[in-house]
Amino acid sequence: MLTEFGKIFIFLIIGVVFVAAALIVNWFIRPHRAYPAKTSTYECGEVPTGDTSVKFNIRFYIVALIFLIFDVEVVFLFPWAVVFQKLGMFAFIEMMVFLAILVVGYAYVWVKGDLEWDKSVPIIPSLMKNQITADQQHPQKATQ
Amino acid sequence: MGLLDKKFSNSNVIITSLDDLLNWSRLSSMWPMQFGLACCAIEMMATGASHYDLDRFGIFFRASPRQTDVMIVAGTVSLKMATRIKKLYDQMAEPRYVLSMGSCSNCGGPYWEHGYHVLKGVDRVIPVDVYIPGCPPRPEALMEGIMKLQEKIRSESLVKKTA
Repeated sequence: MLTEFGKIFIFLIIGVVFVAAALIVNWFIRPHRAYPAKTSTYECGEVPTGDTSVKFNIRFYIVALIFLIFDVEVVFLFPWAVVFQKLGMFAFIEMMVFLAILVVGYAYVWVKGDLEWDKSVPIIPSLMKNQITADQQHPQKATQ
Repeated sequence: MGLLDKKFSNSNVIITSLDDLLNWSRLSSMWPMQFGLACCAIEMMATGASHYDLDRFGIFFRASPRQTDVMIVAGTVSLKMATRIKKLYDQMAEPRYVLSMGSCSNCGGPYWEHGYHVLKGVDRVIPVDVYIPGCPPRPEALMEGIMKLQEKIRSESLVKKTA
């Protein structure tokens, strides 16, 4: 007597055993002659430089967030569009309401200026700033 | 630690059968590394394409040295490239084989005398199994070289060499 989930369990066992068996057989037959040049990181034949974890600017967060919202919107829109003929007027109005909510949110983001690319402003230390203004006021003094 | 590789001093029927199986599987799925250096690479691409169809040998090109068995050095090995080729060869998983394709990688070819920037044969940096003559070799010649390499793999053994 095997339930539907029992079959899945058998598949799971076969999967685990197969992978383990493949690894063990490989371990038996492979030549194992490791040396530092062989185990070095592959980077198209070049000597790898720098850190592997690439840092993305925090300003891309807004782009990612807005992409996510519209991605989900398309995920909802697509199946709706496929069976649009069968669904009738009620589903159409439902979807329009859904779209309207998103459009309101989009307009809000736009008005708040969150879609503007946040340009970095150079930070000049106050002591240095005084120095600069002093230089501009007394150019001869600065050269001395 | 490989348990079977070169651990036996003499062979018996089990080891020779296992040899045959391993050699057959290795020579039927030689995956070359996907890189070309000069005009020989054009011939190599032609060999890989549908007309000559390397897939029937079980050969298809892989982009990483970790997944490859064969390095086809197709073209002029400049001194700048030689260090890269050495590094890539080191990074390949064993057992690994090298096909030197064309005159340039065999011996420097037309750059033998005046090529100040050309390595005079790729065998000066990595061990070569099969040399394919030609400038560039025709696809048939490349396939001949591949079959020569298959013959070489067919005669390999797990038994330790005594010489």
